[in-house]
Amino acid sequence: MASTAIINKAAPTRAVKYGSMSRDRKWALRWSYFFLTLFAIFSLVKPLYMLITSLKSSAEISAATNPWWVFHPTLENYIGLLTSNQFLRFFWNSALVSIFVVTITMLISVPAAFALARMRFWGSATLATGVFLTYLIPDSLLFIPLFKMFAVFGDWTGIQLINRWYVLLIIYPTLTVPFCTWIMIGYFASIPKELDEAAIIDGASWFQTLTRIFIPVALPGLIAATIFAFTVSWAQFLYPLVFTTSNDQLVLPVGIITSLIKGDVFNWGQIMTGALLGAAPPLIIYAFLMDYYIAGLTAGATKG
Amino acid sequence: MADVTLRKVIKRYDEVEAVRGIDLDIADKEFVVLVGPSGCGKSTTLRMIAGLEDITDGDIIIGGDVVNDVPPKDRDIAMVFQNYALYPHMTVAENMSFGLRLKRYPKAEIKSRVTEAARMLDITDLIDRKPKQLSGGQRQRVAMGRAIVRNPKVFLFDEPLSNLDAKLRVQMRIEIKKVHQKVRTTTVYVTHDQVEAMTLADRVVVMNHGRIEQIGTPNDLYHKPATRFVAGFIGSPAMNFVPCRLEEVGGRLNIRLTDRIAFPLPAARAARYQNVARNEKLILGIRPEHITEAKQHTEPGVETFDVVLDVTEPMGMETLIYFMLEGIEVCGRVNPNAGARDGAPLRLAVDLNNMHLLNESTGVVL
Repeated sequence: MASTAIINKAAPTRAVKYGSMSRDRKWALRWSYFFLTLFAIFSLVKPLYMLITSLKSSAEISAATNPWWVFHPTLENYIGLLTSNQFLRFFWNSALVSIFVVTITMLISVPAAFALARMRFWGSATLATGVFLTYLIPDSLLFIPLFKMFAVFGDWTGIQLINRWYVLLIIYPTLTVPFCTWIMIGYFASIPKELDEAAIIDGASWFQTLTRIFIPVALPGLIAATIFAFTVSWAQFLYPLVFTTSNDQLVLPVGIITSLIKGDVFNWGQIMTGALLGAAPPLIIYAFLMDYYIAGLTAGATKG
Repeated sequence: MADVTLRKVIKRYDEVEAVRGIDLDIADKEFVVLVGPSGCGKSTTLRMIAGLEDITDGDIIIGGDVVNDVPPKDRDIAMVFQNYALYPHMTVAENMSFGLRLKRYPKAEIKSRVTEAARMLDITDLIDRKPKQLSGGQRQRVAMGRAIVRNPKVFLFDEPLSNLDAKLRVQMRIEIKKVHQKVRTTTVYVTHDQVEAMTLADRVVVMNHGRIEQIGTPNDLYHKPATRFVAGFIGSPAMNFVPCRLEEVGGRLNIRLTDRIAFPLPAARAARYQNVARNEKLILGIRPEHITEAKQHTEPGVETFDVVLDVTEPMGMETLIYFMLEGIEVCGRVNPNAGARDGAPLRLAVDLNNMHLLNESTGVVL
């Protein structure tokens, strides 16, 4: 028997260098903290400035003092806004629109996503991509044709939709439904196929499979989609600016701009206060549901 | 309780024919195992019985009714999946009772059935836990419990033990057998593991390339395989296949393996192979346990020969030996005290009473 062996004909030409894993990790951490701090400063300076300004009187804002310090703190901006019926009306409109939009969005996108993810019908894959593509068209491109459509609709039917807050219930879902459907498709697709097969064999209909298996299992994704829909409808500016004009029909972001800027007079203290108060509801929701939101967005990225 | 019949069942996906015309009769209360390599169509067949896949052609009959177009929920079947498919947000009890609750059974009935099934499967203590708090074996039990409480006409198992480790698999295998002895429901079980198939089945259905190769009891398949595929698939280590031909020397029928090695056939075998053409290319099929160390006195039909061993594998109660015959590796099983060593010569005995003779081109056992 001839024995064989691998004969070393050449050594590696680059010298072998031994690194240190703990040192590498330490540096990685330092860089992460550096950039995290940078981004934190970048994104927190603005709300901080809003808070500082909101606590100042108009006189102090226009005075040439240090803008980063409050010398005579006052709550007059807050009191002024919270006792103003107009501002509360904006707030109420925003809340109403957002809650309705979230409900409508979920009622459409959850069954749609379930159908697109699970019922393999002709063209379902193309349709799923199509849903996402509609999301990519910017609202700045759509608002003029939409306005025209509602105007023509009003002329034909006599049903006036323009300058009514509920027109937003029709418009906002064009933004929220595609994205939420997309999120939910991803989430539903990550649920093992055997789970619905087991349910079907157990005697569940498609609807029961959706309501009793898929929705509870995909709850984190559902919450993520809900938060998204809420944020979009709460913060939407262009559409309400175009479609609503009367003071009693305005939502918060537009209301602040139109009622607190009079000609070239900017009521900065109240603008900042209003923006800060307006940012509060999403902030509170995020604080409570942050974990679900992240879990929902990253679902399906990895298996298991 | 029901029998299951498949009549010329075909499944075609676009270009590929996954199942190519299967005929199968499963009697009431019978435990039938579909076994075969991956892609042989066994899972597809099971899923067609369940109604999870449409059939392209043929008929599936459960309890006398053609169910080709009946949706799964109305077929009155229960299925256990490889990955258990437990509902993650429900407790064990809720998982087991889901089907009954959908059908609006009275609460008391549901409770008694769940309790009874849990007791049978020894999971009474786990009844309020969620699936993620359970081990693999426990999850498998819950999945079985979910099937049992439904009291269906047919149980379907789709490789239920594949996700378990080897030790647990043996344990659950026995568990499944016990459950079947108690519940006595018609069962169709799919696996790629021939040991599982042999140990569980009343009858085994060996499938290959979308067709049934052979149907029979475990012992039938082992001792009387019909084709080379079945002969090679059933049994571990697998049957040896050595090219050979028949020759007649002085009125006696010999089987010639190599220029050096030829054996006279035992009388019974000689009579059986009398009409086989002498020059036809044949294959000798012989199981490892029929190649052993030579003894002082040889029985009739047992012939001896000398080989040099390549490799030996001591298994404790026996030693597996490997040697080459005409470029083909042959495996035998000898006594640990027979003196088998790597590279050493050894005198072996082959029991030709248990030989199989196969046609090389068709693979049919003669």
